[in-house]
Amino acid sequence: MKKIFALLLALTMIFALAAPAVSADEPTTVKAGFIFLHDETSTYDLNFINAAKEACEKLGVEYIFKTNIPEGQECADAAEELIDEGCNFIFADSFGHESFLMQVAKDYPEVQFCHATGTQAHTAGLANYHNGFASIYEGRFLGGIAAGMKLNEMIESGEITADQAKVGYIGAFPYAEVKSGYTSFFLGVRYICPSATMDVTFTNSWYDPTLEKEGAIKLIYNGCVLLSEHADSMGAPTECEANGIPFVFYNGSAANDCPNTFIVASRIDWAPYMEYAMTCVAEGKEIAADWTGTIANGAVKLTEINEKAAAAGTAEKLDDIEALLAAGEIQVFDTATWTVDGKMLGEYMADVDDMGDFAPDTNVIFDGYFHESEFRSAPYFDIDIDGITNLDA
Amino acid sequence: MNNKKRSPLFHVAKRAALPWYKSWAIRGGAVLLALLACGLITTLVTGEDPIAVYVSMWEGSFGTSRRFWVLLQNIAMLLCVSLAVTPAFRMRCWNLGGEGQALIGCLAAAACMIRLSGKLPNALVIACMCVASILAGAVWAGIPALFKAKYNTNETLFTLMMNYVATQLVAYYCVVWENPKGSGQIGIINPNSQIGWFPVVGGQKYLLNILVVAVVCVLMHIYLNYSKHGYEIAVVGESERTARYVGIKVERVIVRTMLLSGALCGLAGLLLVGSTNHTLTPTLVEGRGFTAVMVAWLAKFNPVWMILTSLLLVFLSRGAGEIATNFGLNQSFGDILTGVILFFIIGSEFFINYQIKLTKGAGKED
Repeated sequence: MKKIFALLLALTMIFALAAPAVSADEPTTVKAGFIFLHDETSTYDLNFINAAKEACEKLGVEYIFKTNIPEGQECADAAEELIDEGCNFIFADSFGHESFLMQVAKDYPEVQFCHATGTQAHTAGLANYHNGFASIYEGRFLGGIAAGMKLNEMIESGEITADQAKVGYIGAFPYAEVKSGYTSFFLGVRYICPSATMDVTFTNSWYDPTLEKEGAIKLIYNGCVLLSEHADSMGAPTECEANGIPFVFYNGSAANDCPNTFIVASRIDWAPYMEYAMTCVAEGKEIAADWTGTIANGAVKLTEINEKAAAAGTAEKLDDIEALLAAGEIQVFDTATWTVDGKMLGEYMADVDDMGDFAPDTNVIFDGYFHESEFRSAPYFDIDIDGITNLDA
Repeated sequence: MNNKKRSPLFHVAKRAALPWYKSWAIRGGAVLLALLACGLITTLVTGEDPIAVYVSMWEGSFGTSRRFWVLLQNIAMLLCVSLAVTPAFRMRCWNLGGEGQALIGCLAAAACMIRLSGKLPNALVIACMCVASILAGAVWAGIPALFKAKYNTNETLFTLMMNYVATQLVAYYCVVWENPKGSGQIGIINPNSQIGWFPVVGGQKYLLNILVVAVVCVLMHIYLNYSKHGYEIAVVGESERTARYVGIKVERVIVRTMLLSGALCGLAGLLLVGSTNHTLTPTLVEGRGFTAVMVAWLAKFNPVWMILTSLLLVFLSRGAGEIATNFGLNQSFGDILTGVILFFIIGSEFFINYQIKLTKGAGKED
């Protein structure tokens, strides 16, 4: 009798454990936890913090922010603390958080994890771990269009000759995320100003005002007449303003600090991704392993144009090109517009599946263009094209 | 002649040693005043209820069992570096290189995990990590020690500079071992094979570190207070000339003590990489090498008191983070409160050692 009773008890416990906590039809109350690398003093994190507030307030979701979380075990601890507080949706904003977040995701299958800028979700085999990014190369292409307009204006006014139309670019790290960004910017410039060339220099840091300023000085001495960048400080813009060099920025406007030289900036609006993911959690739907924001879904944006520095007619031109991009009539990485060692590429194997082996695994050039951010959300365009010179090589 | 000058209202005089209950009453009073001052600042600046802010600070460390474990882990790591710099400090040799010595230990451990994985069995990899980290830390402290012993160079500056060399070396290797290429990030090392990961003791991921540091703390107490080496350190610290006179080889004591100091910092680095983080970044030590200076000073270089002072500092910093989270205040606000509290605590030491006397004509000096 006792044995049967024990067996029954054991069986009920097993079923109680195995039963799903919530049925799929019932809407789940979302409680969101956000992990930020820095706080609102960093332009990069501020962009995320604003988006998170906007998305949560729009959906009426309760949220907790953890700021200043380094890319180490602290990230895992912060995620577990958020889960202790009842969060069923965790979002982290820095590339280096990824592997720590994945470790936690393995232990908490009932919690959904979203990570911005990461590369491993589509190969990790974790149903509750996801990556998000945006086709910011379209935004940078548009930034390039504005820069090209400015170059043409300078050529027409006799300030420079056509073969002096050289732009400069300060990059953080020499990997796909940055390469894809400066190549798309350059292709935008050349779309408008065909004689343009570009010099690139790297700081090997995401945030270093001094190195970014020195990079700007180096490029200006090398004869660059317009700059752009992919790094998070005001080091380069202030140097441009001091030298009267026009520039195209990233993450947000610099019109207040650099009223004479700031043209326009592109940025990612993360609110659409956060809204999408939290709505999925609420409705019990699956979140895509990779989500790519676009101009069409409102994730890729341009700031206001600074009329004082931009060439005449820039706003109209940007509207035209944006419409063409959205309609798919122009492709940023159209293979007819760029070459490698003088040759057009017909195919290219990219390292899309980031298994730590650096082995190319997927052909991403077909139908006449490089298919960026289609096989995973994070960029994988890492080709050195003709017309761009790496000053640090 | 004195009559013409107006004598000041009060003057400061050195106190004779206070009985322990009086000195602790002063310290306790200082903490109370600090909390009052913090409460005032909080209400005036942010309009938040100070009691709620204190509760939130407390919860940051003791709110859940996970937070308590994180608290213990952070205490253990800070204490480990503090214990490491203490023997040098007792010798009046200002080893400000704890940060770099721990970081170079991290680098050595990570190097073994990355380069030896798949070539040696796991147990041997871990053994290599232990030896390499401790050795690396010892070498990093040994270089300035040798120069001090041979050429009487300034160890404060030398050890400080070695921190920057270590940081740059780690930054370089982060690029060499980066994944994906060009990102400058290593990520978790051996995430699937877990080669070089220290075993989890008793089902608690931080227990191993805590136990190791507890043992180190006891041993350090014995070493400093009951061993011949400890005595030699104390004598050299009091007066190098006396030490020489009684036949202590001062150069040898300096080098030996700094090697020990560096080796223990290396151990802290080993635990950070092998047991906790399983990754390498230039900021992995998180300034503990510098916080350790404060921990050691506040505890007057007593290893047992250092448990309390590192608890205090970790508690304050965890509390600062919790305030930032709960009240939407910037982390800097928590740091301001920490600063106020430390100001009062350090200030209380002044009142323990000195007293303020109101001047009545010609005061008596004692």
